[in-house]
Amino acid sequence: MLIRGTAVALELTFIFLGVGVVVGVPVALAQIYGNRFGRIAASIFEQIFRGLPALVLLFLFYFGLSDLNVSPLIAATLAMGLRSAAYQSQIFRGAIQSIEAGQELAARSIGMSRYKAIRYIVLPQAIRLALPPWSNEFTNMIKDTSYVFVVGIVELMRQGRYIVAREFGDALLVYSFIALIYFFLTYAGNHLLGRLARRLTIPGEAAGESAMERI
Amino acid sequence: MYKGETKVIIGPSGTGKSTLLRCVNRLTEPDRGKVVLDGVTVVDKPGARPLKVDINKVRSQIGMVFQNFNLFKHLTVLNNVRIGLIQVKHMRKKEATEQALKEIEQVGLVDKINDYPAQLSGGQQQRVSIARALAMDPKLILFDEPTSALDPELIGEVLQVMIKLAQAGMTMLCVTHELGFARSVADEIIFLDKGKILAQAPPAELFSNSQHERINAFLRKISELYGGHQR
Repeated sequence: MLIRGTAVALELTFIFLGVGVVVGVPVALAQIYGNRFGRIAASIFEQIFRGLPALVLLFLFYFGLSDLNVSPLIAATLAMGLRSAAYQSQIFRGAIQSIEAGQELAARSIGMSRYKAIRYIVLPQAIRLALPPWSNEFTNMIKDTSYVFVVGIVELMRQGRYIVAREFGDALLVYSFIALIYFFLTYAGNHLLGRLARRLTIPGEAAGESAMERI
Repeated sequence: MYKGETKVIIGPSGTGKSTLLRCVNRLTEPDRGKVVLDGVTVVDKPGARPLKVDINKVRSQIGMVFQNFNLFKHLTVLNNVRIGLIQVKHMRKKEATEQALKEIEQVGLVDKINDYPAQLSGGQQQRVSIARALAMDPKLILFDEPTSALDPELIGEVLQVMIKLAQAGMTMLCVTHELGFARSVADEIIFLDKGKILAQAPPAELFSNSQHERINAFLRKISELYGGHQR
């Protein structure tokens, strides 16, 4: 049961983070490069989803939209995915703005369009800078998947409750074991992302971990 | 400017030299004035009607070399020089590579093609950025204080490349304080002060007897500062 729950927790993490990237990067781009309307819309989105507790968002999307008959998974994906998008937009925004203006200028000077300059010159560098803070978001997300048990998704936390409630498992033992699983997941995830950051480090530049501080 | 000419812009800092260069390829949008490149009007303000000009295409024909190189940090030397050929000129990878290698050879860095900018000295980085500009086969290259960010002992290698280019007939508009360079290759020196052209003359004339005390004072100061490595 716990293995099944762990698998679900991981799946949810990837789904939520995926929505976060897919929505978060455009939000960051809109905040930096957008016109007035784009900047304002992106900022309002970001402020709202960063400003509300995860539980409130989950309740809003699940119980608040119950007339629309949204499934727990859809509601959770909207709530947690968009929340992550708001946080990730700030990670990517910071990273993009850390890239020297000269990089884009040089790209434009050889005749690249703005789109190509961002796509081929700015973003590849920004993603490297974003990786260390992004791994932080990854860690948070693994842990935050535990919130979604409130809308009825059977993930790790809820599996634990089933064991305690139905099979009279020892609460301390069961929850300790669950804690251990979460800890292992975040630890392993951070380790892998750290390795990825080192692999992507540009030769001659400072290592990925310190890239943000350097700028 | 005529084809094959080298002109040098000098003048005190904050006087608009870099801005003038950037107005040529509209990295800075000029308020007023006219720029025509080989028959194509790039800027015409205030013009009779709005210009229809593909600015990206124009920029691809005007090379630009920056004070702090601005090499693409995540790309190797080869890719720095090649990316414009592939992404802007839509050349095939093989041709682009050949062309890029040719330009890298011009600046003497064939042994560094797989290095990243951070692994190179400032002089080498600037030579790569010249190769990047050359690769686009520009009609004109703008140099924005190409040696100002370099350690004194690295200036020579960059100036050598620039002198070679000028002698090979490249059209060059340079902002620089390297008066030795200006004296040896410039067809004309433009002295800019507070956004206005104060004087415009061949180097020999401008250096020998300028009527402007302002220019003489500036030249004296520059010679004191940069005198050490004048060629």
